[in-house]
Amino acid sequence: MWQALYEELGAFGFVPITVALDRNADGPRPFVENAKPTHPSLLDTEHVLAERFHIVNVPTLIWIDERGAIVRPQDNQFGTDTFTKFHGKASGPYLDLVRAWAREGKGALAPDDVRKHQQLPNAASQLARAERALAWQLHRVGRSAAAERHFQRAAELAPKDWTIRRGSMPILGQNPFGPEFFELAKQGPAEFPMDAVTKTRIAPRAI
Amino acid sequence: MLETFTLIEDGRAHEARGSVAGERALIDAAALRSALGYELKPEGLCRGELCFPVRDRAALVAGAAIDLAELARITGRPLALDVTERAAALGTALEDRLASLRGLEAPDFTLPDFSGGTHTLSAYRGKKVLLIAYASW
Repeated sequence: MWQALYEELGAFGFVPITVALDRNADGPRPFVENAKPTHPSLLDTEHVLAERFHIVNVPTLIWIDERGAIVRPQDNQFGTDTFTKFHGKASGPYLDLVRAWAREGKGALAPDDVRKHQQLPNAASQLARAERALAWQLHRVGRSAAAERHFQRAAELAPKDWTIRRGSMPILGQNPFGPEFFELAKQGPAEFPMDAVTKTRIAPRAI
Repeated sequence: MLETFTLIEDGRAHEARGSVAGERALIDAAALRSALGYELKPEGLCRGELCFPVRDRAALVAGAAIDLAELARITGRPLALDVTERAAALGTALEDRLASLRGLEAPDFTLPDFSGGTHTLSAYRGKKVLLIAYASW
């Protein structure tokens, strides 16, 4: 859907940049091959984007204006209605917001409004990211037991960070759409203050 | 006896020689400077133009080595340390990440695409960028 949006709005100076927070190219490759993007379609195996922009779940969408300023902070929105029955949000209204921004510059928030609705890290969540980075490195060099300890530590420090808790499931041999995920989902995902601004909810979250 | 430590920072793994003393990871000062850019000067513990005062030198310095945990404490950076595995990840100080996010300037990044190329966010100045973080999980 982002490629279609790029084709529609590229002439207005709009460009989507998709970034997969996956451990390697295998997971996202089917999506990328299907989409055939001509916009930047990137891979962030080390979660550097996640740390720099404080991303705690996917999908997270952020608007950056022509001067490089964040004008709409972390927003948990979708480009299709494929999983609306699970998360309860509609994509149509969000895509229309993006169109209005690209075509008319509408919908960018004033700086104080951006700050009011940002998700921000704390000391524990910053340490969690370091623990996750250590765990990932240990896993890659075959130190599985040590890796698991540090993934566990990261999870304890940032229980609502699904880039850590759900993102590590494939690494740990767990199905991110299976029973471990359903258990995680019962605890509820992180709050997105932008939910109060971008009103796309049409049903309660089902899982 | 010096061993090889793996120091992870900003998504990159560096090797540096060091030793273990109990729970302390003591990294050879020259190796630390080479890997992460930290250097002990009269002004304090410095990295580029930024220096942190060192009030307890004995806690930081052990012979020709630097205590990694004390470096993290002085610089305010989160440290994930596994002494047994001779590995550590040094993260971004909360203060720095908060200042960056609240400043509202999008942090720059350079990441690979799926065709062997790389892209840098700041190259897209002048465009309206919709940044979409997603995953297959």
